[in-house]
Amino acid sequence: MYSRKSPLPYKMRDVVLPGDAACPGCPIPIAWKVLGAVFGEKMILVIPACCSSVVVGPYPYSSIKASVVHVAFASAAAVASGIAEALERRGITDVYVVAWAGDGGTADIGMASLSGAAERNHNIIYIMYDNEAYMNTGIQRSSATPYGAWTTTTPIIGKTEHKKDVAKIMIAHGIPYVATASIGYPHDLYAKLERAKSIHGFKFIHLHAPCPVGWRFDPRYTIKVAKLAVETGMWILYEYYDGKLRISGPSKPFIDSKRRKPIEEYLKLQGRFRKITPEKVEEIRKYVDENWRWVKLLS
Amino acid sequence: MSRMVVLTGNHAVAYAAKLARVDIVAAYPITPQTSIVEKIAELIESGDMDAVMINVESEHSALAVCYGSAIAGARVLTATSSHGLLYMHEWVHWAARARIPLVMAVTTRTIGTPWNIWPDHSDFMDQRDAGWIMGFAADNQEVLDMVIQGFKISEDPRVYLPVMIGLEGFILGHTATPVELPGQKIIDEWLGPRRQGFLVDGREPVAIGNLAWPEDTEEIFMDLQKSMREALTVIQEVDREYSKIVGREYGGSVQCIRCSDAKYLAVSMGAWSGDLIEAINNLREEGYPVGVLRIRFYRPFPHSEVWKYSRGVKGVIVFDRAISFGAWGQIYTDLVASMHIYTSKLPFITDVIAGIGGVNITYSDFYELVKNFIDRIERDEEPPRFTWYHKRR
Repeated sequence: MYSRKSPLPYKMRDVVLPGDAACPGCPIPIAWKVLGAVFGEKMILVIPACCSSVVVGPYPYSSIKASVVHVAFASAAAVASGIAEALERRGITDVYVVAWAGDGGTADIGMASLSGAAERNHNIIYIMYDNEAYMNTGIQRSSATPYGAWTTTTPIIGKTEHKKDVAKIMIAHGIPYVATASIGYPHDLYAKLERAKSIHGFKFIHLHAPCPVGWRFDPRYTIKVAKLAVETGMWILYEYYDGKLRISGPSKPFIDSKRRKPIEEYLKLQGRFRKITPEKVEEIRKYVDENWRWVKLLS
Repeated sequence: MSRMVVLTGNHAVAYAAKLARVDIVAAYPITPQTSIVEKIAELIESGDMDAVMINVESEHSALAVCYGSAIAGARVLTATSSHGLLYMHEWVHWAARARIPLVMAVTTRTIGTPWNIWPDHSDFMDQRDAGWIMGFAADNQEVLDMVIQGFKISEDPRVYLPVMIGLEGFILGHTATPVELPGQKIIDEWLGPRRQGFLVDGREPVAIGNLAWPEDTEEIFMDLQKSMREALTVIQEVDREYSKIVGREYGGSVQCIRCSDAKYLAVSMGAWSGDLIEAINNLREEGYPVGVLRIRFYRPFPHSEVWKYSRGVKGVIVFDRAISFGAWGQIYTDLVASMHIYTSKLPFITDVIAGIGGVNITYSDFYELVKNFIDRIERDEEPPRFTWYHKRR
């Protein structure tokens, strides 16, 4: 269960070594430290083309003291499935296969392989770290980019469609475990990874990961922006298993819409929403309300 | 103990996978490959084969799943064709450049558009530059033998590359002929446990595929080229070793039929070589000094074997069942280049493109084409360097 008080195990620095190639304020190593705390070296990270392919550092070095398999863009779920099946066949049960893919590699080009692997229910944990655009190639729009956001391929009027809700799609797959998480709440992520670790079959975690470079905010605010997404209700933390949705601790106070901070507080910190109009903010508000309605319906 | 059975080429692939004790098969159905995956599924579900079948959602994932299973220590096989092979092309490169041993059967079929399910070699040839060992069988027995040999070649530490085995769709894929199945025990002893340069199974941290600087990347690819050269030797060795346990020797990278004393060579690859051999046998009876050089392994290209048999001949006629549009047939191009390594004075070499899109080329076509080629040279006429031999039904 989620507990605000439980400290994270300090072994996380054993796996995520200093000297990676991340930008200042990058959410990726923050999340990896939590992964390291949960799995230690007994983890095989499967990484398709994304920022993380660079963040681990160039050959012959690696900043992750666990196994890392870099794969073609669309294939994180497929390769992870193959590894998991081989481990199972060889009787290796203490190693965890974690597909670690960005929003483009998941919601766009990797969607078919993700859906296929989920339907076949391979024993893997799939983490979509969602920085809401193609950051590695230079901030191009993905289907997970939110409405109204500037990107280099929505350069003047901003994105005109809402964010693709991948967790919702994964719930529809009927897999044993689906969760949303945020790098702003490492204890919550830790608890979710621990639960995922204990479940056999396909586990999906949609991890919100604010990117200072792409979202145009000061690198010192990564955690602040991540928390504001939750506090404004823009990002809802929950777990879905055994046919029931459970709103997670950090999001619980915000079930009551009156307790949510105004979404402007979240938007105004980010340069990508600099030119957003009041009408578009209103449209985002409607989208947030609809998400909450849906989440409450399932909980 | 070995036994004779009647198998289609596709089923021969399935039985070879069983004999090689493949752990994991990941594949997607595509005509005319489907009966490979159907047969393997049946063998597994009936309990005859101890393996895991993963029915993936695309060919792109088929090879990706195989890659994952292979790096984690499993012996894997996949099979595909035509558009499926093109769809997985990204992974074709990836698997070779990562030096992962595995075997893929390609039941060849032309590439659309227009839609067409008949066989030629265009899908197979499209993989030419990807870094795979590429074999092409001429009959169903060879399909079975070549898939088994494929694992041995692929897992040889001097090679450590994936192996692709071509067989013509329908002509071999769906045609049943007698095939001798070797005994399980002799194959077990000969193949041994699966080998690979390293394993990613979580026992110790391994990183594979990291971003590499240009010089490091180039060195990795230079090493692949070196292994390709080694593979020429390994292919010969494996064929010889295999012949000792099953009694069938094919000749390694090439098979030479009546070419030791030949003044003319006809070069081919794949199932239509059977018709060509028939034509050559008749021409021999008529006094034509001609032999067949059949390419068994197209990559690495058997340049020294080609030279061994083509040295001193007056003419070479190459039959290509695929074309590099705007240039020539791929076998022709490679053959000319490889002969040029050894001599600057080439004999008459002509390229015949035929059988494209599944057009049926028969014994009599080969007979006429080879006969005309030789007659023209003997009359001191210059034969054409390039012909697209087209015929209508």
